[in-house]
Amino acid sequence: MILTKAQYDEIAQCLVSVPPTRQSLRKLKQRFPSQSQATLLSIFSQEYQKHIKRTHAKHHTSEAIESYYQRYLNGVGRNGAAPVLLDLANEVDYAPSLMARIILERFLQEHEETPPSKSVINSMLRDPSQIPDGVLANQVYQCIVNDCCYGPLVDCIKHAIGHEHEVLLRDLLLEKSLSFLDEDQLRAKGYDKTPDFILQVPVAVEGHIIHWIESKASFGDECSHHAYLHDQFWSYWNRKICIKNSQPPWRSRLHMTMVASLVPLHSSPLLSSYPWPNPTCGKLSSTLHSAHPVPCTFPQITALGHLSGQR
Amino acid sequence: MAAVLESLLREEVSVAAAVRWIARSAQSSEVTAPTRPQAWPESAFRDDPGEAAALSSLRPLRKEFVPFLLNFLREQSSRVLPQGPPTPAKAPGSSAALPGRPGGPPRGGRGARSQLFPPTEPSSTAAAEAPSARRGGRRRGPGPGRERGGRGSGGLEEGVSGESSPWAGGRRPRGSGSPGSPSLARSDPPNLSNLEEFPPVGSVPPGPAGRTKPSRRINPTPVSEERSLSKPKTCFTSPPINCVPSSQSSVPDTSPWGHGLPPGCRSLQEEREMLRKERSKQLQQSPTPACPTSESGSPLPSRTGNLTAEPADPARVSSRQRLELIALIYSSCIAENLVPNLFLELFFVLQLLTARRMVATKESDLEPIPGALDSLESPLFQSVHDCVFFAVQVLEHQFQVLSYLDKGTLKLLAENERLLCFSPALQGRLRAAYEGSVAKVSLAMPPSAQAVSFQPETDNRANFSSDRAFHTFKKQRDVFFEVLREWEDRHEEPGWDFEKGLGSRIRAMMGQLSAACSHSHFVRLFQKQLLQMCQSPSGTGGTVLGEAPDVLSMLGADKLGRLRRLQERLVAPQSSGGPCPPPTFPGCQGFFRDFILSASSFQFNQHLMDSLSLKIRELNSLALPQPEPSDEDGESDVDWQGERRQFAMVLLSLRLLAKFLGFVAFLPYRGPEPPPTRELQDSILALRSQVPPALDVRALLQQGLRARRAVLTVPWLVEFLSLADHIVPLLDYYRSIFTLLLHLHRSLVLSKESEGEMCFLNKLLLLAVLGWLFQIPTVPEDLFFLEEGQLDTFEVDTVTSEQGLDGMPVVDQHLLYTCCPYIGELRKLLASWVSGSSGRSGGFVRKITPTTTTGLGAQPPRTTQGLQAQLAQAFFHNQPPSLRRTVEFVAERIGSNCVKHIKFCQKKSPGAVRALLPEETPAAVLSSAENIAVGLATEKACAWLSANITALIRREVKAAVSRTLRAQGPEPAARGERRGCSRACEHHAPLPSHLISEIKDVLALAVGPRDPEEGVSPEHLEQLLGQLGQTLRCRQFLCPPAEQHLAKCSVELASLLVADQIPVLGPPVQHRLERGQARRLLHMLLSLWKDDFQVPVPLQLLLSPRNLGLLADTRPREWDLLLFLLRELVEKGLMGRTEIEACLGSLHDAQWPKDFSEELATLFNPLLAEPHMPEPQLRACELVQTNRGTVLAQS
Repeated sequence: MILTKAQYDEIAQCLVSVPPTRQSLRKLKQRFPSQSQATLLSIFSQEYQKHIKRTHAKHHTSEAIESYYQRYLNGVGRNGAAPVLLDLANEVDYAPSLMARIILERFLQEHEETPPSKSVINSMLRDPSQIPDGVLANQVYQCIVNDCCYGPLVDCIKHAIGHEHEVLLRDLLLEKSLSFLDEDQLRAKGYDKTPDFILQVPVAVEGHIIHWIESKASFGDECSHHAYLHDQFWSYWNRKICIKNSQPPWRSRLHMTMVASLVPLHSSPLLSSYPWPNPTCGKLSSTLHSAHPVPCTFPQITALGHLSGQR
Repeated sequence: MAAVLESLLREEVSVAAAVRWIARSAQSSEVTAPTRPQAWPESAFRDDPGEAAALSSLRPLRKEFVPFLLNFLREQSSRVLPQGPPTPAKAPGSSAALPGRPGGPPRGGRGARSQLFPPTEPSSTAAAEAPSARRGGRRRGPGPGRERGGRGSGGLEEGVSGESSPWAGGRRPRGSGSPGSPSLARSDPPNLSNLEEFPPVGSVPPGPAGRTKPSRRINPTPVSEERSLSKPKTCFTSPPINCVPSSQSSVPDTSPWGHGLPPGCRSLQEEREMLRKERSKQLQQSPTPACPTSESGSPLPSRTGNLTAEPADPARVSSRQRLELIALIYSSCIAENLVPNLFLELFFVLQLLTARRMVATKESDLEPIPGALDSLESPLFQSVHDCVFFAVQVLEHQFQVLSYLDKGTLKLLAENERLLCFSPALQGRLRAAYEGSVAKVSLAMPPSAQAVSFQPETDNRANFSSDRAFHTFKKQRDVFFEVLREWEDRHEEPGWDFEKGLGSRIRAMMGQLSAACSHSHFVRLFQKQLLQMCQSPSGTGGTVLGEAPDVLSMLGADKLGRLRRLQERLVAPQSSGGPCPPPTFPGCQGFFRDFILSASSFQFNQHLMDSLSLKIRELNSLALPQPEPSDEDGESDVDWQGERRQFAMVLLSLRLLAKFLGFVAFLPYRGPEPPPTRELQDSILALRSQVPPALDVRALLQQGLRARRAVLTVPWLVEFLSLADHIVPLLDYYRSIFTLLLHLHRSLVLSKESEGEMCFLNKLLLLAVLGWLFQIPTVPEDLFFLEEGQLDTFEVDTVTSEQGLDGMPVVDQHLLYTCCPYIGELRKLLASWVSGSSGRSGGFVRKITPTTTTGLGAQPPRTTQGLQAQLAQAFFHNQPPSLRRTVEFVAERIGSNCVKHIKFCQKKSPGAVRALLPEETPAAVLSSAENIAVGLATEKACAWLSANITALIRREVKAAVSRTLRAQGPEPAARGERRGCSRACEHHAPLPSHLISEIKDVLALAVGPRDPEEGVSPEHLEQLLGQLGQTLRCRQFLCPPAEQHLAKCSVELASLLVADQIPVLGPPVQHRLERGQARRLLHMLLSLWKDDFQVPVPLQLLLSPRNLGLLADTRPREWDLLLFLLRELVEKGLMGRTEIEACLGSLHDAQWPKDFSEELATLFNPLLAEPHMPEPQLRACELVQTNRGTVLAQS
């Protein structure tokens, strides 16, 4: 499904200073019933990440950390079973998982002789049972399961989505009998930067030649487009992996659904089906979810696959 | 010199003898009889002893003749061509050779050059002054666009952008070219021993710029606001007239003008004023009053630029005989390659042909002066009629060359009404040549460039010394292309500066290239990208990197051709800068040049030179396949196509590489002008002569000549030399190269066509590039007219047995025009005549009718055809080049076979005709009919072939390719990978990410905080666990981290079930799971843990203080579910007693409520004491678990 820029803007507008909780997501779903949870969550997550990037620094001043820690201590002193840490995070408009990390770090500093290493902290966040303080362990766990934008569980979900969509994409390519090399095969050949799939025989999608497909499994707003383009896609181009007509992000549009309508080379019958049928119909396209924040006045396409998925 | 010409005019000497005489000076004395132009009558070849006598007295002057002739013609035409692109002449000794001007500026010649015109020559001062003045007038004529024809001032002109690079500063004219030059005293015999006055050939005169070199006879029009229509272009002949240091101050003033030149600067204005006076003086002497145009003094062309052309009439030609003779001798000089630049002369002739009108005509000029016909006293061109007559005469002699020009030029020539009027025969031949020509030259834009592909064999980690070097290079590649893209996006913006915009980034990047190994990697990338972007014609890419798909291809095939042509006209550089443009770096080449300059890295330059040299050697020695002579013309034609294409590719690559090699190699020595003093120059020469050349080009040239591969070697060598600095031609090493090239140039007589000769177009290409080289600002003017004897020593021992490239038709018009875009100036000149514009802007007015197209907003429907072509391109792009070659080979073979079959036309048609016609048909009629049938059939077959064959072959190959690809199918690695699913699995299970998310929600709900109405239904929980089972059984989408998280979450869920912490939806009273439901769910979990999870399940978490703590908080504590679970775990072998014991042991450290610890102890002791579990079983289950883990890790 392709979102219009207006739809996207509307959703993003609703997400200004909303805490990343289950409740917020539920409200969002009620507000935009036609959008899938995956899309909403992806947009929510991205908007929230932008917000955190902007405000991250102010939560990490030593004054802020000290004040949060004191507030935490006071809170659990009054009632250890109350959601002290979660409430604190929501109150100061910071991600609960990240707040849990701040407090945990501060706690360990106080209780251990050597400052805690990053891996120790990560491990404790993944498994709060390892946290020596039972109350803190519960508080941290509560933050992590209630945070829908950050934390080890969310990271795992994102990773799983990414993996799943690579598999989906591979299945589609196989189904369409397209010959390709995947990332592992390319790495084995020594490529330093590789997309998920390189098509050995390029295909045309909506009149554009596609050489490679990269599945990103997240909503493609302009910001992430820009970042991916800079960090990854140009590098593919620089290695001639990309297509000639690859567009810079401000002119580009996402077309993950198009994977469903890939056209093999030299097969006129399929080519004659231009213009493409509405990508929202059809079995395949309904399994894939794509969003398009940029108005359709920009006809160009990038060769990147972009998925944000849901079954 | 004039004496020779005059004796020719008086028919004392035959033209043939004269040419022989000149040629002898040019070539060795053993020269064979000059080959004669076809038009020459047999009688012209008498060798008369009288002639010989007449000429032998002039022997020392022989080599002066050609420069004299060229300059004479330029002088004479000055009144006709006051505007429009002038013809630059690079003939030294111009003023020295003027009749009646016995003095001349000393040129940089050796002693032999000092033989000046004897004062006793018949001369007329008056006659001499007239042309001088006219020349002066012309030279200073402010005709807009005049400077176009000239060469850029500082060596390299900056393409279209007009920006100037730091090293391409303005070149100060060495010679003033001003009236100052003749001011050398005629009475002063030149002092040959004075090295200042007569330095060795090619050396730069010492002194305060005093020893002026002979000027190039090109209009020194200053850059002025008058050039409103033409782009400002620097031009080496034109600039700083206003500041010519005068050297003549010490010399008595004897200039014909009678004005002494004051020392110091003399502005152009002053000079102009002087000329004006001179002119009016002259006019006053004439019996008739001056015509109005001359009132102003100098003949200013109309500024409107709309000079209507005066009709030319063959009947009004004055002194035909004289013109014919001069045309003949001029043509002979051209034919014998005695002129430096063939195309420059053709350009000049076409200028005469298209002359619009005579300026400042005097009545008297129109009347032949009695008795002066055979002398040079009366102007050669007295009217436009004369000019046209002369031009047509020359063109007749040069028909062969003309017939090899591109179709467009031929068309314009054939349609030229003047030509038709003056020589219908020539027009007929041209028309025939046009109709027969297939040489459609299109300087279409190259396809957009792409990035250099990643080549694992050279680019992967194994090729780097360390991980760091590998990653540095990875970053560098990205930075390089980022810079390239930015340049691509912005270099056309006004005010954008390469150095300012990218310089620091480039240097920062170069700074990271510490290891020599990294340098070579980067250089390889740089060189590959250079070849990829700039190899195609002129390297002026329209769309280069990631540009929008071109509009044209969106419009469909029918309009495509027309729009392509339009694009070509719009995008192709309008002018390559006259017939002799300076070397430039057009289009993308500019990026690479600026990159080198901005990087200013010694290491980079050195590695680049090494790499370029190596590649040049490699390509230069590439064994270009030599097709065996084939019996069928058609077939060989098809074959030659491939050969030509390959040759063109190699040649263009070589030229590009050599150009950049020359650029980098001579970069440290480049300066805007030659060294100012003789001493300085000598010391520089001494230094430079010991520096070994970057690439032994002399050896390569010699090899090339010996192996008859000059057609490959010379064009790139010319590119290399064109970027040399001023000193280079003076170095012995390079001087010998120039000598070789000069000899080669002379030997390329186009009219010679015999066995073992070089192909015509090959010769033409070499003549064009060499002619261009001889006009390069850094090449001394007099180099071409080397003194006699210099060339005698030259010998090339060609391996004649071997047929080299030279004898193969490897050059076609397209390659010729690609290498020498300036030849296209001929067409532009002719086109400007047709369009009726003045040559003000250099001709070639673009007449473009605007075409509308629909807005680009909507998705443009692309044609299937275009898309398929693009797909094919894209396909080949990703494949090794050999694949493409194979496909093309197949296509060509099939094509040639088809042609063969069609040629049966010849045998079958007569039979068919005979069978169809009545028996009584006369034999003559029959044979005619047969012939016609054969002709028609062939024609039709060819037409059909040309229309269909390409498409057919393409379709065939396409089908074959797609069949193969289909047959191959997907990669085996990708196919049939079941990822551990059962065969019957259809992968409909929920996605792991979805399940993690769902379970996380349940956990969050259980942990709280939650709204009062929130909760989960038992059914939902059951469904969730069911789904989890499906997902774990269909392993299609599972990855280890997801499975691990699922395992952990399931344990957390079990803990919450055990502690009864899950809020259940339902009647407000209940809010708790029934025991039975809870047990059922725990059973499900147990079965998942036992049967479905393939990662270790962290069951010990069930007994972690935190999860047990959940129980501690409940009142009354309910232990039965926990005990049930633990028992089941032990029973199912999921956990051992010892493990449970260990967990419980660690619980003692935690601080519990006292009663909780007691309860714990009492409850667990019986469980642990139960004797059911023997130890071996425990070990077995542990083993199973580890095995699973290993299996998973491996997968």
